[in-house]
Amino acid sequence: MEITSEDRAEARTGRAGEGTDAAVRIEDVAVRFRTKKRDVTALREVSLDVGMGEFVAIVGPSGCGKSTLLKLVAGLLKPSGGGVWLRGEKVAGPRRDIGYVFQRAALLEWRTARRNILLQAEMRRMPAGQARERADKLIEMTGLRGFEDAHPHELSGGMQQRVALCRALLHEPPVLLMDEPFGALDALTREQMNVELNRIWRETGTTVLLVTHSIAEAVYLADRVVVMTPRPGTVEEIIDVGLPPERDYAATMARPEFARATRRIRDLLGAGSAHD
Amino acid sequence: MVSQGTVSEVPVAGVAERTRPGPGDRLRDGLERSWRPVALLAACLAAWWAVTAAELVKPYLVPSPGRTLDVFAEKWDYIWQHTWVTTYETLLGFALAVAFGVLAAVVMVYSSTVEKTLYPILLFAQVIPKIAIAPLFVVWLGFGMTPKVFVAVLISFFPVVIAMVTGLKAVDPEMLELSATMGAGSLATFLKIRFPASLPYLFSGLKVAVTLAVTGAVVGEFVGANEGLGYVILQANGNLDTPMLFAGLLVMSAIGVVLFVLVELAEALLIPWHASRRGSAVTTTY
Repeated sequence: MEITSEDRAEARTGRAGEGTDAAVRIEDVAVRFRTKKRDVTALREVSLDVGMGEFVAIVGPSGCGKSTLLKLVAGLLKPSGGGVWLRGEKVAGPRRDIGYVFQRAALLEWRTARRNILLQAEMRRMPAGQARERADKLIEMTGLRGFEDAHPHELSGGMQQRVALCRALLHEPPVLLMDEPFGALDALTREQMNVELNRIWRETGTTVLLVTHSIAEAVYLADRVVVMTPRPGTVEEIIDVGLPPERDYAATMARPEFARATRRIRDLLGAGSAHD
Repeated sequence: MVSQGTVSEVPVAGVAERTRPGPGDRLRDGLERSWRPVALLAACLAAWWAVTAAELVKPYLVPSPGRTLDVFAEKWDYIWQHTWVTTYETLLGFALAVAFGVLAAVVMVYSSTVEKTLYPILLFAQVIPKIAIAPLFVVWLGFGMTPKVFVAVLISFFPVVIAMVTGLKAVDPEMLELSATMGAGSLATFLKIRFPASLPYLFSGLKVAVTLAVTGAVVGEFVGANEGLGYVILQANGNLDTPMLFAGLLVMSAIGVVLFVLVELAEALLIPWHASRRGSAVTTTY
């Protein structure tokens, strides 16, 4: 399955340099935290390649280090061992060529929706006109029109998360990192957001790394699903979903590929690390 | 947090159902909230009047409300002149306390060495009865305004520092991580995220500090002064002039109330996003 992604990456971008042309390359990464009482290993021997434009979902039991993995890619955390490459460049500090979405929208409550989105442009010193145009486009794309001038506390959870998504996409990042972005939403809103994320992914062509607790969400959205073991987390299996990029929600759910992938993941998570 | 579940979740164009209160609503809300304390105050005034009118206590111990008002009419210039002095000392002390307090808080939050050294001392210094230091200031700085301003600074400095440190630390850690992925420097992060996020905390500290500053100035005057309301009260005390004593007390309270309201107004102007949310809360903090 690793080969599939290599082929895909190669087909899309052509080989360059020393074969580090994957959007994200994680190689034998380990993360150990030192607490007062003992050392905790959060991740061990994690390796993963994500091709340009690919959508990869990461599922696993709570505390298996999924979020830690995203922070490594963003450069917000240093690995204790191994290395992470983002678009062929080794990650050595916070990276600007990504968009980040958290579970909580993390909006500035004194700014309107639009100005929250534009924070990205202000921090990056993007040209104001271009940023405003891009923000308008994203507001349209995510169905925020009519809510641009509302403050976060006037918006529902789903709307707040849309604002966070627009903010993460404003600078057209080649890689989008999402850490349980819809975890706090109700089931219906969540489905809606899934459909929109699928459309946005296709329209923008960005690479997405999504951490989620929902197996259905992972399979519906991703090209490949990474299943992780309990702590210390490592990659247990990578499942090729094998569905076309454009996915109708209900029809996708009814397809045999969907059933096969969800079942396999459920088995893996239910059985834990029995077959190491 | 507010009506999370009630706003409809339709992604189509439309305007959110915002419940922004109109001026009429706000007036009704204000009346609803204020009639109880106002009624209690009126009852106290009535009791004061009744007690003095029935001469249950000697007039030289508790003057009647009418007598107290007469003092204002008779000695308005005298009172006004000293009110100004105390107000000036209070404001100067408060302003210095805010400037130094905010500065100290920022330095402490950004340098853990400074924080580890200074913060425990600051917390401990809270225990010292700062009023007791006032005589020392008079010895050091003489009888002018300076020692009064110093006492005001000393007493109102702590709530400012502690509120500001709490506020700067209360920032959402994910917001800071996000800021790092935006390539923002620490100055931009401070100006656009940390400082605005700390303002609600700062203002709750300022409200405590401004009333304490009045106390500080008056205490400074008690210790040694020839002007200011503290001096007025001491003079009145020496002459057994209770109506003037009462008048002085009333003016002092009025300064505290006015300054408190001014801080609240500044809060409403500077951080309307916070004020409007608090307004919709069930309980208020004061």
